[in-house]
Amino acid sequence: MLSGVDAPQSLLAGWGRAGATRATVSRPRSPDEVAELLRSPGGSGVIPRGLGRAYGDAAQRSGGTVVDCTGLDRVVELDEAAGTVRVEAGCSLEALLRAILPRGYFVPVTPGTRHVSVGGAIAADVHGKNHHRDGSIGAHVRSMVLATPTGVRRLDAGGEDGALLDATTGGMGLTGVVTEATLELIPVETASIVVDTERAVDLDDCMARMVARDADYRYSVAWLDALATGRRLGRAVLTSGDHAPLEALEPGRRERALAYAPRAPIDLGRLPAVRVLAPSLGAALNEAWYRKAPLERTGEVQSLTAFFHPLDGVGAWNRAYGRLGFTQYQFVVPPDAGEVVRRVLEHLTRRRVPSYLAVLKRFGAAGSGHLSFPSPGWTLALDLPLGVPGLAATLDELDELVAAAGGRVYLAKDGRLRPELLAAMYPRLADWRSVRDGVDPHGVLCSDLGARLGLCDDGSGGSRR
Amino acid sequence: MNDVTGMPQTAVVLGGGSEIARAVLVALARHRLRRVVLTGPTAASLEATAAAAAHAGVEAEVVVHDLTDVAGIDALVRQAGDRLGTIDLVLVAAGRLGTARLDELDATTVAALAGANFAGPAAALVAFAKALAAQGGGRLVVLSSAAGYRVRKANFVYGAAKAGLDGLAQGLRDALEGTGVGVTIVRPGFVRSRMTSGMAPAPMASDPEDVAAAVVAGIERRAEVVWVPSTLGPVLFALRLLPSSLWRRLPG
Repeated sequence: MLSGVDAPQSLLAGWGRAGATRATVSRPRSPDEVAELLRSPGGSGVIPRGLGRAYGDAAQRSGGTVVDCTGLDRVVELDEAAGTVRVEAGCSLEALLRAILPRGYFVPVTPGTRHVSVGGAIAADVHGKNHHRDGSIGAHVRSMVLATPTGVRRLDAGGEDGALLDATTGGMGLTGVVTEATLELIPVETASIVVDTERAVDLDDCMARMVARDADYRYSVAWLDALATGRRLGRAVLTSGDHAPLEALEPGRRERALAYAPRAPIDLGRLPAVRVLAPSLGAALNEAWYRKAPLERTGEVQSLTAFFHPLDGVGAWNRAYGRLGFTQYQFVVPPDAGEVVRRVLEHLTRRRVPSYLAVLKRFGAAGSGHLSFPSPGWTLALDLPLGVPGLAATLDELDELVAAAGGRVYLAKDGRLRPELLAAMYPRLADWRSVRDGVDPHGVLCSDLGARLGLCDDGSGGSRR
Repeated sequence: MNDVTGMPQTAVVLGGGSEIARAVLVALARHRLRRVVLTGPTAASLEATAAAAAHAGVEAEVVVHDLTDVAGIDALVRQAGDRLGTIDLVLVAAGRLGTARLDELDATTVAALAGANFAGPAAALVAFAKALAAQGGGRLVVLSSAAGYRVRKANFVYGAAKAGLDGLAQGLRDALEGTGVGVTIVRPGFVRSRMTSGMAPAPMASDPEDVAAAVVAGIERRAEVVWVPSTLGPVLFALRLLPSSLWRRLPG
């Protein structure tokens, strides 16, 4: 029936390389094959997977079927008059950028890596450094095609299926498989960014600078030295920028202003996964990063890669965390609860949990996705090595801090949230459930994350809370 | 589902009457454990654990099953699967110390001890391992013993059976590579519990709560072997190198 669809069994984990489970992997080559997979499911559920960049267990299904969407990777049509692109869901942002940048367009939102699929970006409702200005990717989806267990739907922004669109945006793939989307693009003159860089001596300084300045820039983010403690706690390098106009480039570079050829000069994929990120090395890297940043520099022209996707320069960098892998803890708290950021950093220090990468950002207005992560306030993302004694309990304590402040954690990064906190963190969960029950009445769509958090039923009848 | 820190939401306990099992359940309940199936040879042996689980907020279901009834094991696996959906963790805590006095050890007693500490748990372990592999992942935690690392005269039947179970679990762990199923072998030294009541504690003795904390930490770092206390590993490694003429003269 599904000739041409490979169905081997694979052990799958998220980008954090922990909590792997085994599933049957199907790689459909057409939207019809996706629809067929949802009509005749077997095992413990079906979940789509893009490029596997969710950090936790969002795109895997123990004993079920994982729909590898990377076979649906065409850039169907760039409509230059409308400034939109129609693209299949398995297409990576890198491939999309390679297609649209030379013609003067940039993606409306990019996360910190270009190795995410369009479908994954919608499922996680990803945000970027422009969230305070432009919102998350869901705000730029003009339409999408969604294969659900009850049929294939075309969903238009502002159309009659708005509730299903909102349940799908940030819905972690649990309402169906996006097979294609039409995105609104940003017109650009160059493939460069004009960047202003400044250093902040501590967390208060960093937050004050962000509040004062980020409205002046389309893109803004702060990298925090999460290993700095005491009076240097929260010292940071702030980078802000906007797309470079043609005249910002030196005359000799203007002819190739839109050239885009990203590379990963270092690749850890062929090396054994050995933990090289020890606290001492992490501290040295953070120290060096802070020291090498200028106190203040304006108008520097950087490549898109250097500004948006610096970590993509090292292929398979997740392997540097070794056998046990790592997790990312990302939360958002309201604008007046910025103090939680300090308390989280202090708590990690107290519990001796090192964080090798910490990024702070101010979010703008929330989108319309029921389970969408961004909401106005401060978001902090922390990379944390697994296997540190007491980490599980420490993260539970952070959850309490975040939930008490009216915040939430990001499901695309999550692999361990206490399920009882989900409803408090995502107040539109009931709306989401009612839409999902409508399009998936028999609970075909399920991921390990969904089963763990009670978003889908794992067959025991006891998972929903 | 097990989360990425290894913490289970559901568990099956084989040998649910064990004080160590009870302490492990209470420790896991502080994380994500919410539902458990407890098995043991009699309902009475499981009451205290079921009560402790309920007190810790874990929904416990008691299934009376004697592991030496190997014919009934597949039914037990099915029953546990029906109750729990996904079985995140299986804790094998069944066993009893018995005697090592030659005048008390008749053939029946030796065979019964071997059955309770090796044959029964081994059969159950393999049956649950297959179920976990079929569901795509999970973790098996096997209570072995320091007594199995180098068998000594004081408890040689028990020690030999634990040595067998330990070896089986090591081989099973390797056989499960690529299935998503992990195996953690726990080797406590002397644990102050009902099993050892009336005995003088050996050096480096621990309490069931110490074993539980070590098990949770071991799960978190996906450890293959957990010694309790952790310093016991290097000590016994050294003792294992003793010539047997000295080994048999060690006290205890």
